[in-house]
Amino acid sequence: MGNFDQLYQALTKVDGFIYPNELELRWSVLITLYPYITGLVAGAFILASLNRVFNVKALKPTYEISLLAAFAFLCVATMPLISHLGQPQRFYEIMMTPHLTSAMAIFGFVYLWYLMAVLLLEIWFDYRVDFVIWSREKKGLLKLVYKILTLGVMDTSPKSVRTDNKLGYIITVIGIPSAFLLHGYVGFIFGSVKANPWWSSVLMPIIFLFSAMVSGIALVLFLYMIITYIRKQKLDMLCLDTIGKLLFYILILDFTLESLDQIHRIYEAGESFDIISLLMSKLFFSLTIMQVLMGTFIPLAILGFFQFHKPKEKIRKAAYFIISILVLVGIFFMRWNVVIGGQLFSKSFLGFTTYKIGLIGREGLIMSIVWIIVPFIILTFLLWFLPPWKKAHIEDK
Amino acid sequence: MPKQLTRLIIVFLIFISLFLVVRHFLVPESFYKFGHYRADALKDNEDHQVKYIDAAMCSACHTDIDSLKVSGPHKNINCQTCHGPGYLHVEDPSKNVLIKPTERAFCGKCHSLNAARACNIIKQQDIAQHNIDNKCVECHNPHQPQP
Repeated sequence: MGNFDQLYQALTKVDGFIYPNELELRWSVLITLYPYITGLVAGAFILASLNRVFNVKALKPTYEISLLAAFAFLCVATMPLISHLGQPQRFYEIMMTPHLTSAMAIFGFVYLWYLMAVLLLEIWFDYRVDFVIWSREKKGLLKLVYKILTLGVMDTSPKSVRTDNKLGYIITVIGIPSAFLLHGYVGFIFGSVKANPWWSSVLMPIIFLFSAMVSGIALVLFLYMIITYIRKQKLDMLCLDTIGKLLFYILILDFTLESLDQIHRIYEAGESFDIISLLMSKLFFSLTIMQVLMGTFIPLAILGFFQFHKPKEKIRKAAYFIISILVLVGIFFMRWNVVIGGQLFSKSFLGFTTYKIGLIGREGLIMSIVWIIVPFIILTFLLWFLPPWKKAHIEDK
Repeated sequence: MPKQLTRLIIVFLIFISLFLVVRHFLVPESFYKFGHYRADALKDNEDHQVKYIDAAMCSACHTDIDSLKVSGPHKNINCQTCHGPGYLHVEDPSKNVLIKPTERAFCGKCHSLNAARACNIIKQQDIAQHNIDNKCVECHNPHQPQP
């Protein structure tokens, strides 16, 4: 009888008509985290690449921070997915028997390509000379680790540094489309679900990409301010203003694309439109308040104002800090609205289920918080192990 | 070729070879035998214990109830929906007795008031108010319920 009791309880959460398999959401909060974290990676990396490829000097103080942040978050990007699996111990199988016709099966290779061929290589080219220098300065285990990381290339001559820079540049150029591929792919996973009118849109990969860039830039802005504060250094206002300006432009693009997607739905008013308009009212808090108002309108208004009039540094600093948090939270809710929102309504278009996040358990709140915190711990380690402020400037000599 | 590049190529070659070695050991034995799946999975599914039976098998013994049920509004509801899985019962009816739910809440699972459901398809009753001292089955025979 236990099963019936569960069913009866579950039925109390339902409005209207839904199919039995729609009672419980299959993709939980962890699946919200996955595109969120992947987006932070892609966004932070794209910011680093802009700095390098387009030689935006003002962004220089954030270059290594963006790279290391991208790496720290990339290390954790798959963890929400793995903890969501019914059989997490079999996660590697997707890599062992890949299938070209499955977008999800390809993910492992997109991820590996990005991790191994782009991010790690770029960090390596950026830090190789420093590995050599640190392997000479440090003692004990650390010396050995740095030495191994040099891969035996101990040359620190300006010529070798130029080679590093040149190769690093090539990697960055390859990296930009790779970052687009990584996050465009995540949007593709949702956009290609033709049975779900809330997801099925060719704009989805592009929307995901731009929201990734928005969140990545906000993350770097946030990290740069926090790290500088902890190191008791002075913030580079030119750098902050440049990031702010960039965030403003990308946020406009992101907002335009998302609006276009919604306007298209409203104008098209297809058979699913009634349920989608009801869904939007159900998502009032997460969509209207958190994503649109807090995550988009307020940052846009403040950043837009700064483009015409620059208040005192103190005010700008505080504003940038608040904006970075607002945008980060707003983009999280954007992912939430896509992933959770898309599963709340029935394929019959005649009913809704509800989603209540559990506290404990494999897909609970605590688990999600853990996967949000772990990247910051990894980043702290990376900043200690590869401190950007202790890098040598050989080309200058 | 710069030394950096040669070293990296070596590292990548080592990585790829390691991957191939690991893959060799981790791909399940029967994978690719019939296609892009583990052939042994078929055997695993085959070995699952059967729990439910065809409703016709219930009618084979319980002819009296079957004749009652075929003309009533519950005719399309499988016996096992209320009585639970019947495979073991068919194997040994004396040892494995099926459940006979009689409590009001059980009927209420389908018939209690629910504004979201169409009331002309499944009859609804406010089970918190309607004849609360008696069990539903005392007045309504579940095999041929009359209003």
